Amino acid sequence: MERRDVVIIGGGPAGLAAAVELKKRNIADVLIIEREKQLGGILRQCIHDGFGLTRFGESFSGPEYSQRFIDEAAALGIDAMTNATVIDLSPDKVVTVAAQDGLKRIQANAVILAMGCRERTRGALAIPGSRPSGIYTAGVAQSYMNLYNTMVGKEIVIMGSGDIGLIMARRFTLEGAHVKAVFEVLPYPSGLPRNIEQCLNDYDIPLYLSHSVINIVGDKRIEGVEVAQVDARMNPISGTNRYFPCDTLILSVGLIPENELSLAAGVELDVRTKGAFVDESHQTSVPGVFAAGNVLHVHDLVDFVSLEAESLAESAAQFIREGELPACGIALTPSPEIGHIIPQKISGTRDFQLSLRVRKPVGKCKIVVRQGEREIKSVSLPKAIPAEMIQFAVSCEKISSGEPIEVSVYER
Amino acid sequence: MDGVFDVAIIGGGVIGSAVARELSRYQLRICVLEKELDVCNGVSGRNTGLLHSGILNEEGLLRTECCKEGNAEFEQVARELDVPFRRCGKLIVSFGEEERIRLEGLYRRGLKNGIPGIRMIGHDEIKEIEPNADGDFAIFIPSAGILCPFTYTIALAENAAMNGVTYYFNEEVTGIARAGDGMFAIHATSGTFVSRWAINCSGLSSYQISPMLGFDSYKPKRVKGQYEILDKKAGAYLSLPIYPTPNEYGAFDVHVTPTIEGNVLVGPTIENIGTELDYSATQEMINTLGCSGEKLFAQVKRDYYIRNYVGIFPTAEDPLTHAELDFQIQTKPSVPHAVNLVGINSPGLTSALPIARRVVAKVKEQELLIVNKTFNPVRKGIVRFSSLEREEQDRLIRQNPDYGEIYCRCECVTKAEIKQAIHNVLGVCTISGIKYRTRASMGRCQGGYCETRLTAMLQDELRLDKTDILLNKKGAYMFTGKVK
Repeated sequence: MERRDVVIIGGGPAGLAAAVELKKRNIADVLIIEREKQLGGILRQCIHDGFGLTRFGESFSGPEYSQRFIDEAAALGIDAMTNATVIDLSPDKVVTVAAQDGLKRIQANAVILAMGCRERTRGALAIPGSRPSGIYTAGVAQSYMNLYNTMVGKEIVIMGSGDIGLIMARRFTLEGAHVKAVFEVLPYPSGLPRNIEQCLNDYDIPLYLSHSVINIVGDKRIEGVEVAQVDARMNPISGTNRYFPCDTLILSVGLIPENELSLAAGVELDVRTKGAFVDESHQTSVPGVFAAGNVLHVHDLVDFVSLEAESLAESAAQFIREGELPACGIALTPSPEIGHIIPQKISGTRDFQLSLRVRKPVGKCKIVVRQGEREIKSVSLPKAIPAEMIQFAVSCEKISSGEPIEVSVYER
Repeated sequence: MDGVFDVAIIGGGVIGSAVARELSRYQLRICVLEKELDVCNGVSGRNTGLLHSGILNEEGLLRTECCKEGNAEFEQVARELDVPFRRCGKLIVSFGEEERIRLEGLYRRGLKNGIPGIRMIGHDEIKEIEPNADGDFAIFIPSAGILCPFTYTIALAENAAMNGVTYYFNEEVTGIARAGDGMFAIHATSGTFVSRWAINCSGLSSYQISPMLGFDSYKPKRVKGQYEILDKKAGAYLSLPIYPTPNEYGAFDVHVTPTIEGNVLVGPTIENIGTELDYSATQEMINTLGCSGEKLFAQVKRDYYIRNYVGIFPTAEDPLTHAELDFQIQTKPSVPHAVNLVGINSPGLTSALPIARRVVAKVKEQELLIVNKTFNPVRKGIVRFSSLEREEQDRLIRQNPDYGEIYCRCECVTKAEIKQAIHNVLGVCTISGIKYRTRASMGRCQGGYCETRLTAMLQDELRLDKTDILLNKKGAYMFTGKVK
């Protein structure tokens, strides 16, 4: 069986960034496995700009951003198998890959999970109504338009205010389609404020908050949607129904980390992130299996994906050299107001980066990391919204016991 | 229409395709007229996928007889037609005294119907058979099984086509006339089909075709059933169908059934809808499925929802008594060379071939059929890469590199399989046609990954324009054109 120091599953922004950093740390034998014909992941279809402001201080399109990493990986001589799909990952890190020249089995010393995420579908939401053509998730519509030069429709309704849906509202408008409205079931947008501004407000596309599509109409092609206002428990309010004729319904209703391979390897998942439980090194519950990027938790910006993937390289390199990493016995848990946190456990002997999202928008607030009665870190913010990931470094200096740590948010 | 046919079968569902296949054993020019763009788009594709045992209907009914016959022979049928199926058994569970009494009534009927191996079991044995099932008592029916209704219908149709039957899609029958020489002139969407025989296998439309052929008029009574499909992650917890005790009207409320591919079906709900043909899912029934399903099987969770669908069962009532009719396989002296099938609903999937053989017998009553010596009962399906051992997968890829390209990640379907599906023997060229033949886009991402590949390949392989790509039916276009 072929052996590799590191196999990276997925050649998108997370996989590429991890590969480059590992190579720079003198891990010679790095292999990226990518199912598409080219590296770059979902960024290949993200032809809009705004990528890289944090990581590079410059604004790039998706393909430009990923090309930076692809070029660097090539210059470093990193091996990449493209058009090759990992179909199994065993707990002892044997990677099974289907490729055009056969089925390969590769024994890896370490595995980096960088598979990204998939879009939540109509079926998962169980939206009532008929099942005509013309219903697309935002990412699929984006792929059709930007990679296949294919127009999916002309009279568009968008359900959900996720970032890809907002980006697609603008894209459809620029290509001559008519975007009638965006409906968001929550009382606040799911996407970033800058996208609300640049993709909806700049084009006079109305955003209806606390509204949901409650019925899909059309036998062949979709003909329209029934929409209603919803109450605080997200139940439709009777008498608020309105019918919007359309030939296309775009869904931008959430992303789900794609962890089927992780489950096959026995990696434990966190119900909050739908990604792996990881420690400060981004190591999962299976020793030597690491995770970064959207497969771990859904990010708002690709820059943070790259940074997260880069940050795990040092520990992954240490694991490859020494065969183990320090035990992480201190649990980190979020308070109910916080949706999720990464990592979920730490050693207490190293500084670490904390990532989190709040569950609901809050104004001026303080995020507090506490072990028992002891405050370990606090960060004051002018506001916090679910659309934006919050990240800060936590020093291990004040961690003095194995007691669990809680992360809370206080509005002030 | 390519001359004159000996037999025209109206309807390409599981019944029409089984009849076509059984008649292709004889020297006959046969056509199947289907109003949709593929087989199994009506009743045949919208059900629970169960190989019924025959316990659910009264002794002496044709449906009971056909069901038992179809159940008993299915190993051989599955082998001949390359249809995956599993005789997994089934549990009908009861809670409390009232249900136990009804369950015992059902058990006595099972004994009377001669259902092989049925047993009344208690709580402990329920848990032994399926730890995720619950109940005070249950009937265990070892002969029940599960199969994929799409695969089975497609297999019957493909086998019929291999043996000379011609399928015409997008041909809705609008009228039937009889010429002076006794030939049927069947008016359909694209023109008139001329045939010596006409056989009505049109499922939901059979009540309309029946008087056109010269048989009785029936009042359609339709029952709408909604289902939820669960992720294979839930399927790992369910080895056999679990039914509740029939309610006081003898109907089964929501049940849970594993599919042959490893998903779980929750449903159907039961709604009487009269004549309306509405396949829309409703919020009310989505909620009912969640609540009722959860009582039978703890894995009925929102996180596992993949998709929902609606099935509509045709029932026909006796014009005199208004009771639901048994399966009707009718001939009539005043209407020679016609067979009229009415009231074929559950267990129609299990009964398809037994019904078809009875149709053949009816034809033989009126004319001598000459055996088709070249008839081949064996049909091979598309090899499923995902179902093979690793060594076998490797061997296939080395023979054909297209097996090394995974197009549908959730169901692990390869480019080679998609290509074979696109060039299917029936000439079906819709997205759903590929889906039913390969399972591509049937998984948890619902085509998020593979759909762009499927549509691109359809365009390339069949030289179609973007605007010609259809989801499943005429008018269900996928694209409006190019971006630029």
